[in-house]
Amino acid sequence: MKKRNYYLIIGIIITVVILVFTIIGQFWTPYSVTATSSSLKSLAPSAQHLFGTDNLGRDIFSRVMNGCGTTFFVAVCTVAIGCAVGIVIGALTGFYGGMLDEVVMRINDIVLSFPSVLLALIFISFLGKGTYNVILALGVLFIPSFARIVRSEVIRYKSQEFVKSAQVMGASNLRIIFVHIIPNTKVSLLTSVAIGFNNAVLAEASMSYLGLGVQPPVPSLGRMLAEAQGYIVSAPWYAITTGIVIVLIILGFSLISEGLRVYQD
Amino acid sequence: MRYFLKKLSSLIITLLVISLLSFAAFSVIPGDAALAKLGTDATPEAVEQLREKYGLDKPLPERYLKWLAGAVQGDFGASYRYSTKTVSELIASRLPVTVIMAVMSFIIIIGVSIPLGIIAAKYSHKPPDTVINVGSQVTMAIPSFFLGIIITYIFGIILNLFKAGDYISPQKDFWACVRYLIFPSIAVALPKIAMVVKYLRNSLLAEVNKDYVRTAYSKGNTKDQVFKKHIFRNALIPVITFVAMVAAEILAGSLVIEQVFGIKGMGNLLVTSISSRDYPVVQAAVIYITSVVVIINFAVDILYQLADPRVRYS
Repeated sequence: MKKRNYYLIIGIIITVVILVFTIIGQFWTPYSVTATSSSLKSLAPSAQHLFGTDNLGRDIFSRVMNGCGTTFFVAVCTVAIGCAVGIVIGALTGFYGGMLDEVVMRINDIVLSFPSVLLALIFISFLGKGTYNVILALGVLFIPSFARIVRSEVIRYKSQEFVKSAQVMGASNLRIIFVHIIPNTKVSLLTSVAIGFNNAVLAEASMSYLGLGVQPPVPSLGRMLAEAQGYIVSAPWYAITTGIVIVLIILGFSLISEGLRVYQD
Repeated sequence: MRYFLKKLSSLIITLLVISLLSFAAFSVIPGDAALAKLGTDATPEAVEQLREKYGLDKPLPERYLKWLAGAVQGDFGASYRYSTKTVSELIASRLPVTVIMAVMSFIIIIGVSIPLGIIAAKYSHKPPDTVINVGSQVTMAIPSFFLGIIITYIFGIILNLFKAGDYISPQKDFWACVRYLIFPSIAVALPKIAMVVKYLRNSLLAEVNKDYVRTAYSKGNTKDQVFKKHIFRNALIPVITFVAMVAAEILAGSLVIEQVFGIKGMGNLLVTSISSRDYPVVQAAVIYITSVVVIINFAVDILYQLADPRVRYS
């Protein structure tokens, strides 16, 4: 009997639940996301305010629901940039090889050997703060990891029978790469997409925490944690609830990628 | 020796390329330092004067060569923000604490993850392995700043074992600084421990079924001997690369943890310089980070070559 893939199941459940709350949070939240109230300052979690309220009397649960949207938006955009460009670069270098391959892979190795949040920070210092610059910086940084995986997969498949038969039938190189080879790489790609999400959420939260990412008044989990840290004595639930949500999002994606690994090869 | 020289030259080339790239990038950013410092309503003459003082009126290649000549001698120019301090002084005052914290975290990482990795591999797919696995999966999902906040809350506020924000620089009181750095180091180390454990476990498990292990058993070695002399040594080779990456990362400055615990190290310097557009400092910090990464990679390449002579010929 095949063993149940608990990693994958739990990962998907966590991710779907948070995603549902996030999507609802973009249209409706139990309380206003921005309205402050002096009478509701720093209330502990209760039935009315599931996560309590913050130092300005805003409902933390509502802000988290809405703030997850920013987090997912940044993650989806960065992974999309990294994945799309990475596939093209990986496919071309893997298929054609030669000088181009040598040079591109060297650059890849250099980029990959640097701590990614640091590199993103250096990018931000060129581009300036803000949500779109973070997306751009992280997106570019994610290209090498995707390119490397696609490249090794393309090299693995390019000498196989089905590629040869496509060549005999007169398919162009581009058609062979994108119609015949790339679809075969979907399991490895999915795994790296899940890891990519995991890293993107982590990186975005770190940048926003440092004040270099998403700017106020847009709620973002990283920023909320940075604020919450100042009230850790008077309102510890603020930091704890927000932090646990970030942990759950990341855990969801990392469990999915861990679970998908089983299907590789 | 030829291998060594080849690696050394590629190290120097990488450093030069990165310094050139970052120098060029900082130069094309709109709004230069003179303008940033004086504000938009400064008179053009004043801006021109300051530009001349910083040498910003000269063409780019000339400025780069001048900067490079200084940098080689450890002179990175003056900071824009702290007008009385040179960049080198700033870095010299920030570097020690980052290095101390990196060394402390590294000791914790190695000391904890090697035994845990071995236990996980020894009892693979049994309860101890599952516990370690789940533990590392969860630890890896905790962002370092949240971990830092939790540690501050539990050990600082509830248990009162240290006072958050009470940072003392190592120049003032070395041992007080080390004491303060214990909890930040743990915060830096935990996620890395999880990763190293996972890596080591998988690497060990990949080795146990190889032919040479069977040969070693058939020669009459005990389980312990085979493990210590054969499996562990071979499994360690890929782990070295990974540990080296970890070392580079913590030496480059734990940006977030420094921020959480109010430690004035390299990471903090980089973040504040980026925020205040103090480019000479950012430039120097970039060079520092690059050097750390490149030099550690260089050391790993050399170590590899010593551990595994096949590398030289591939």
